[in-house]
Parts: sequence; structure tokens; C-alpha cells
Amino acid sequence: MTDTSPPPAPQLEARRAGRFLFYAGIALLVLWVLVPIWFLFVNALSAPSEVTGFPKRIWPSFDLASIQFFLQFQGVTQALWNSVKVAVLTMILSIAMGAPAGYALSRFDFPGKEFFRVLVIMTRAFPLPLLALPLAVMFIRTGLDDTVLGLALVHAMLALPFAVLITFSLFSGIPVELEEAAWTLGCNRLQAFIKVVLPLALPGIMASAVFAFVISWNEVFAAAVLTIENRTLTAFLLQSLNVSPLPLKFAGGAALVMPALIFIFAVRKYLFAMWGIANR
Amino acid sequence: MPRALPYLLLLPASLFLLVFFFYPFGLVVVESLTRGGEWTTENFTRMTGHWKFAPAFWNTIWLTAIVVPVQLIMALTMASVVQKLKTGRSGLLYIFAIPLGISDLAAGLIWLAIFEQSGFLNSIFHAFGIIDRPTLYLGYQNMWVIFLAVVLAEIWRATAIMMVIIVAGMGLIPKEYSEAAEVFGASRWQRFTRVTLPLLRPSLQTALILRILMAFEVFAVVMALGGTTLPVLMGETFQWQFQLQDRGVAAAYAMVILGLSVAFSLVVLRLLHVPKGARI
Repeated sequence: MTDTSPPPAPQLEARRAGRFLFYAGIALLVLWVLVPIWFLFVNALSAPSEVTGFPKRIWPSFDLASIQFFLQFQGVTQALWNSVKVAVLTMILSIAMGAPAGYALSRFDFPGKEFFRVLVIMTRAFPLPLLALPLAVMFIRTGLDDTVLGLALVHAMLALPFAVLITFSLFSGIPVELEEAAWTLGCNRLQAFIKVVLPLALPGIMASAVFAFVISWNEVFAAAVLTIENRTLTAFLLQSLNVSPLPLKFAGGAALVMPALIFIFAVRKYLFAMWGIANR
Repeated sequence: MPRALPYLLLLPASLFLLVFFFYPFGLVVVESLTRGGEWTTENFTRMTGHWKFAPAFWNTIWLTAIVVPVQLIMALTMASVVQKLKTGRSGLLYIFAIPLGISDLAAGLIWLAIFEQSGFLNSIFHAFGIIDRPTLYLGYQNMWVIFLAVVLAEIWRATAIMMVIIVAGMGLIPKEYSEAAEVFGASRWQRFTRVTLPLLRPSLQTALILRILMAFEVFAVVMALGGTTLPVLMGETFQWQFQLQDRGVAAAYAMVILGLSVAFSLVVLRLLHVPKGARI
């Protein structure tokens, strides 16, 4: 990259070919990611007769009949609303419990700290949706079965380890000295936290909250096991997979994808920083 | 008070872990080993005696064995490409990260749009004059096509999470190492295999463990593309819990998935062991 003299011709040619390959590779990878999503949206934005028709066009006809059919299908709006409710509750639960734990891990040295950390990391080695199986019985006993709260609790279990690790890394990135300065200026611990640490950590906390939202929004297994009347969109789509017509499936798929696109865009800056330290 | 503070901060998360992780975890174990209140291994013999167990087990293993290595290579490629890029980095990273927010169910539906009978694959073949009538790919006569579709959908969906972890990990490696190697005449490939990869071990560990766990949980993608035609462990768990209403056998399946997950996590940890002093 730091060559000062122009390289001889064959080398130049090889480099040009190399660069062409490089950008062609990038283009291929981008197409690999985007084209399947495009196909889904073509289906979702075409009339039902086109969705089941053959051959297909590469451009959507922008006929909203499929979407309308999807939205008017019995139970869909309810399921959408349930998905939102469960995801918001999951977000609140996992951050409310995870952020204090993350803060404690980053700021204090105390006996049992390593134990807790290992515990949290250990949960990653288990397929958590399976916990829904026994919880189904427990929820029936406690009246939590088939409720938004019950499902949100299980989803919070999925999101909590991430919330702890991510907030831990966030708080570790904020120098203790800032807090100490606030103490010497007469703030107590809580005030210093609210006035100094929180504003700095807030964007990152929001990002991890969004992450929790996406985890819940996308979860299928626990949602399908734990809900019958109050199904989320994923559970609804899953349980009607073999009976529902194609336009319904594809419009439902598009409805599942939309928020994901927005959320990943919203947290794109934090995504990589979060994972960098959550690895440790 | 200050000494109790960290424990107070950890309390909510710990209680939650206890109630929603350890307790249900114990319950699954008990449930898999009892039947009608008696200790027995009948659940396991019933499970292994059913004709779908062996195919479900091997399908899951094969899926993992094919998908994970491909993803690892793709994710490393994506991460290296992004690393080299000077302009358009964040845009490209966003595009590569999009599937991270997309649920497995949605990914299944996306690939269904391509593989179903009136789908885009048939349309493209038709446009090129290869076929004149749409063929049915996702039928039980074409088991391997369903398998292939699931493989593609899984690769498409879950490469992003590995990519994000690896990019984050690469960001933590000081540039000096690679530069020093360059000074000593290491080629690009040598720098990648001798410097970057070894330093990337902690991230590779996280990425592989998370990804292998997700692979054992493969479920909604399969349901969307093949229904129950292609049995996998998680799908069978769901069937026994729901259709056959046999919680004992479902729990036994859960134990198999759990066992696989823990075993493979340990293998990855062992293979990519990083001595404490050698971490960056």
C-alpha cells in the first residue's frame, strides 16, 4: 500500500485483477444476503394470485391485497400485538435485572464475583428454549400459563445473560474516576450514578434493550409451547404453517423481518462494540 | 451497606436465574427420568425405540457438521474483507449483519419463497428455458432438497452472528502485531493464519459455541421448509410435547439436545483453549 515507485506492468495487471476479484466477491456476498429478502418482499407486496402463480416476476406489483389478507386473517393483529407486548416486557425485565448485575460486576470486587460470572456464561451452554417444557407445568399451577407475562419471563431468561455481559462491558468502559470526581464534589453513590454514569451508558443500554427486544420478537419454540390463546406472531405462524395459504406465510414473514431490519440498523454502531467485550 | 451493595445489585438477576434456569433445568431432568411418579428409563427407551429418533439425531448432527464449518469460513471471509475496506465499511457491515435480526422462522419462509413449487428457483429455471413446468422440490421424494434448502437457509441466517463476533474480536487485536509480521516478510496469508487466527481464539470460541448450540436447536427453519418430513431433534421434542402430549419423551429429547450442547461446548473450549496469561 505504501509503494512509492510504480510497479512493473505485469504486477500492476495482477493487482488490478486482484482488486476486481475482491470487489466482485463483496458484490456476491451482498447479493447473497439481500436477494432472498428481496424475494420475500416481492411476494409480500404482490397480489395473492401472483404469489401462487407461475412464473414469478422479479419486481413486486405493489398490490396490497396479500398484506390486507394477512392483517384481516383471524388472530393476526392480536398475535402482532402480543409479540410487541411480550418483547417490550422482555426488554424491561432483562435490563432491569441485568444492568444492576452488570454494574456490580464492573465496579466491585467481592467474594463470589467469579462464581456469578461463570454462572451467567454457563447459561450460554444450554439450549434455553427447552426450559419452556417444564415451565409449562409450573405456569399452569401459578396461573401464568398462556399469559404475556409468563412468556416474557422465559424470554427474559434468554436475554438476561446477554444483558448482564453487555452492560458489564458498557460500565467497564466508563472510567471509575468520573464517578469518584462526582463523589468528591458532594454526590452520593446514587446521585453520581444517575448524573454521571447513566447519561454515558444510556445509548449502550438502549442498544442492549433493543437486542433483547429482537431476541424475544424472534423466539419461536418457547412461544409455541407456552401460548395457545395469546400466541405471538411467530407462534401463530408456526402453528398455522401447514394449513395457511402461501400469501399469508409470506406476508407474515415480511412482518417478522421488518422490525429486525430497523432494529439492527438502529444498533449497528453498538453491535460490534457490545460483542467485543461480551466475548471475554 | 457498601459491602452488601454488590450482592443487592446481583440479587434480582440471581433469583431470576434460580427460578427460571436452575429450577426448570432440574424439572426437565426429573421429568425425563420419571413416568407416572416412578423412576424409570422408559422415556429414553420409548424415544430411542421410535423410528424417527435415529433420523432426527443424525439429521441434526449432519446439519451442524455441514453448516458450521461453512459459516466459519464465510464469517472469517466477510470479516477480513470488511477489515480491508477503506470506504463503505459501516454500510457493508450493516448489510452483512441484517440476518442477525431475522428469526429462524422468517428465514425459513424466505427460503420457502425460493424453493416452493411456484417459487423463484423454478421461475428462474423457467426463464432460462431449463424447465417448462414447475417441479415440486420440497416433497418427501426429495428429502435431500429439503435438507439442502435447510442448509442454505441456516447458512444464510446465522453466518451474521459469527461475523459480528469475529469482527468485534478482530477490532481488539492491536495492529502492531500484523505490522511487525509484515516487516519480517510474512505474506498476507501467513499473517492471517499465524497472527490473526491465534489471537482470535477467544472470539472463535464464543462464536463456535453459540453457533453450535443454535445448530442443535434448529427447528423453525425446518418446520417452514419441510414440515415434519425432515425430522430434527428440536422438532421431535415439539411433536412429542404437542401432538403426542407425552411430556416424558419430550423431556428425554431435551436431555439429548442438552447433552450434545454441553459435550460440544466442552470440546470447543478444549480445542481453542486460551491460557489466562495469553489473552490480549
